[in-house]
Amino acid sequence: MTATGIGASVKRVEDFRFLTGQGNYTDDINRPNQTYAWILRSPHAHAKITSLDVSAAENAPGVVAIFTGKDMEADGVGSLPCGWQVNNKDDSPMAEPAHPPLVIDRVRHVGDQVAAVIAETKDQARQAAEMIAVEYEVLPVVTNMATAIQGGPQVHDDAPNNLCYDWHIGDKDATAAAFAKAAHVASIDIVNNRLIPNAMEPRAAIGDYDTATGDHTLFTTSQNPHVIRLLMGAFVLNIPEHKLRVVAPDVGGGFGSKIYHYAEEAIVTWAAKKIRRPIKWTAERSESFITDCHGRDHVTKAELALDKDGKFLALRVDTLANMGAYLSTFAPCVPTYLYATLLAGVYTTPQVYCEVKAVFTNTVPVDAYRGAGRPEASFLLERIVDRAARETGLSQVEIRQRNFIPNDAFPYQTPVALEYDSGDYGSTLDQALTAAEVDGFEARKADAAKQGKRRGIGYSTYIEACGIAPSAVVGSLGARAGLFESAEVRVHPTGSVTVFTGSHSHGQGHETTFSQLISDTLGIPMENVEIVHGDTGKVAFGMGTYGSRSLAVGGEAIMRATNRIIDKATKIAAHIMEAPEADIEFKDGKFTVSGTDKEMAFAEISLAAYVPHNFPHETLEPGLDETAFYDPANFTYPGGCHICEVEIDPETGVVDVINFSAVDDVGRVINPMIVEGQVHGGVAQGIGQALLEGCRYDENGQLITGSYMDYTMPRAGDLPSFKVGTHATLCTHNSLGVKGCGEVGAIGSPPAVINAIVDALWDLGVKDMSMPATPEKVWQAIQNAQ
Amino acid sequence: MEMTGEYRIPASIDAVWQALNDPDVLKQCIPGCDEIEKSSDTEFSAKVTAKVGPVKAKFSGAVTLSDIDPPNGYTISGEGTGGAAGFAKGGAKVALAEDGNETILTYDVNATVGGKLAQIGSRLIDSTSKKMANEFFGKFAEIVGEQSANDAPAPAEEPVVEAAANAIPAAPNAPAPADRPDMGDKKGLPPMVWVGGVIVLVLIALWAFQQ
Repeated sequence: MTATGIGASVKRVEDFRFLTGQGNYTDDINRPNQTYAWILRSPHAHAKITSLDVSAAENAPGVVAIFTGKDMEADGVGSLPCGWQVNNKDDSPMAEPAHPPLVIDRVRHVGDQVAAVIAETKDQARQAAEMIAVEYEVLPVVTNMATAIQGGPQVHDDAPNNLCYDWHIGDKDATAAAFAKAAHVASIDIVNNRLIPNAMEPRAAIGDYDTATGDHTLFTTSQNPHVIRLLMGAFVLNIPEHKLRVVAPDVGGGFGSKIYHYAEEAIVTWAAKKIRRPIKWTAERSESFITDCHGRDHVTKAELALDKDGKFLALRVDTLANMGAYLSTFAPCVPTYLYATLLAGVYTTPQVYCEVKAVFTNTVPVDAYRGAGRPEASFLLERIVDRAARETGLSQVEIRQRNFIPNDAFPYQTPVALEYDSGDYGSTLDQALTAAEVDGFEARKADAAKQGKRRGIGYSTYIEACGIAPSAVVGSLGARAGLFESAEVRVHPTGSVTVFTGSHSHGQGHETTFSQLISDTLGIPMENVEIVHGDTGKVAFGMGTYGSRSLAVGGEAIMRATNRIIDKATKIAAHIMEAPEADIEFKDGKFTVSGTDKEMAFAEISLAAYVPHNFPHETLEPGLDETAFYDPANFTYPGGCHICEVEIDPETGVVDVINFSAVDDVGRVINPMIVEGQVHGGVAQGIGQALLEGCRYDENGQLITGSYMDYTMPRAGDLPSFKVGTHATLCTHNSLGVKGCGEVGAIGSPPAVINAIVDALWDLGVKDMSMPATPEKVWQAIQNAQ
Repeated sequence: MEMTGEYRIPASIDAVWQALNDPDVLKQCIPGCDEIEKSSDTEFSAKVTAKVGPVKAKFSGAVTLSDIDPPNGYTISGEGTGGAAGFAKGGAKVALAEDGNETILTYDVNATVGGKLAQIGSRLIDSTSKKMANEFFGKFAEIVGEQSANDAPAPAEEPVVEAAANAIPAAPNAPAPADRPDMGDKKGLPPMVWVGGVIVLVLIALWAFQQ
């Protein structure tokens, strides 16, 4: 291993510019003659617009133009598209109501876009928006899913009973038969709390139209600029790809919330052509709360059948999943193919049957958020396994060990479609037990008891599917896109390299990790490598970053392109050194002829490729620039064991996370420091979900957790120093053997925290704890149990 | 949001009554009040402009009065809208009681808020409403108390109105005394009291909007 090669904890090269305020974020970009947009949003969760009068606002100082949904409709602007079609049990397609960028005559959630005001300054636009006269006829509101599907107020006329789809997976009859034979059935009701993503950088978009060329440019805070170009160009604004450039420069965090094609992107792109001037829109933080897609929000009933030895026989799950008011870009796949397919977990459960009803409500749309479906699956599974252990008298460790998929069973076909390629769940658990010093827990618990505190320990042995995704598989499941990745490796004449990747970095450290791949493979210093991403004008194509796919899919594409570079360079080297190609060896950045002292540096070959005086022109073209598209053969399956130790003050209900140990199998680790950072961030978010974060609407559909005063994000003081380790089994279907690390922390941690709380309070009679486990809720549970 | 309060006003119930009928007095108590209009005996509207920092917003409040039970009180309902700041709507019971030479005003407000007002202000709305109400009624009590002291020998309608007119410039839309001759004859509290209540809500909206 070299200092900058695979396996080295190289400090992130991008951090210098981020930490010194020199990042180039969308809001840092200003175009000549730029105007500013302010979006007038609905204060009502559900209402008909009976009149919309912009005439006074149009005469306000600085106003350039005001647009409404009717203006966009008249111009043929389409609905914001959904990228995944899930079918009902009877194979009919899901309900897919229209989602106009600006509403036509009805608002469906607080924050819905009513009008766009374009002015010379942002303040002028905002003040003019105040002068728009909107009359609303308030309609009945539904926020509760159970009410929504039982004749509650209709969010969309074309989605009867607010049902988006009624879907299932698994063998219902075989599952029922297994339950009939069960020695014990554990059951649990689970609410996976709705979360509000809070990327450090709010969303922003700049639309720019070149009147000379007719080219559109959109600068936007996106995790996948090519996807935005495709969706917005083809489905919303009817702009062909060659006339539309989408740039996602430095992006300050996404966690999924910046995957989707948002209304504001379409509005500024469309309106910029109308007014022939650039338009910038930047969300205020309070707009982010009511317009960035939310995450999670499942209500589930689950049952686990066990035999007399504690072996799992079958799992039966019934879930309601909130879609919010409209279908966001990938919303339908989250509670289905990213959720129910993971319900076997790391266990040999032979039968799994899951039904999911996706429901429209008068709330902000819900889509993928760090983990997307998999946190919901692992929370359910690890909670019910915890419950089953308590009811059958098995220890938390024993019940898991009895049911783990054994190492010799891989590749392992689950009853819910997925085939796991590798894993070593027993060793991962053992390593975590050591890290968490579980042996000393009883003594620590006794010590805490002397202080009047209650200690608990909770386990989570989770799995997830990432490296998204094999295109043919997801296509058969309703994805309306391929999920490959592309890379171009361009070697310059003097041997430095620019990599153009379709993966987008918004905090993941790609500029470091990908440079390490190149440095390691080509034997050149990392500083000779530049990673370019986030610009459809530069990168040929890309599907972007989500689902922990950048290294497993994007990195593999880079490796393939790089190997093509080496193949071609080897041919050039063979020609120049007058040796058979088979005798050329490439190592540490040098081409050598085996058995001789002839050698040429990588840069000498690259120069020869661009100054081809002595060059095999008969068989090769000049230049050294290769592109690869990589479509994975399977998902990757990171997994691991998280162990959480909490101490609860029964007098106050405050839960203190004392110890958190995570041992994750993310496959081969390219940069341990980055992996550790990703796990830290994910675990912090998971603990945030478990203890602090809870999105709440009132009965009128008003978001009452709409600021940091009411929506609690985890802070350093809420968290212990994490113990993070890895135990790698290699992915079998990519050359790097990597699995992905971006989401493991958020997927594995919430059940460990809640299981620890239940462990601390079980003997008081507290059987369950919903998230977030706030002090009030914990205290109340203790009081109720006594 | 629920809010209750009680204010002791150093004036007779008649003087309070008069002042509550005086748009000029109310305007003086409500910062940024542009106009108060009476559209019928039981319907009123008010407009308030406020500017804090870079943000300026215009709020409109409309109020209707019902269940009038002179002189004990009534139920009132109203709605204040503030554009992008959202809206507040609700109802309240307001009552006056005589206590020697002074008057005790009590109110009990029940309101729902929407839009940014709910999003940002839900946690702080109770304490802030209280603060806003204190400011409003504090100013009201001060003005009425002063007038009452000045006019103590002659607690008739005309001098009170004159005093108010002297205190601040008359608003263009302020109804002349002749336009509301019957107001002073009714027993019970005039709807203007609730206009004040709605304005309090509107002020909360303003406060929340600036955050």
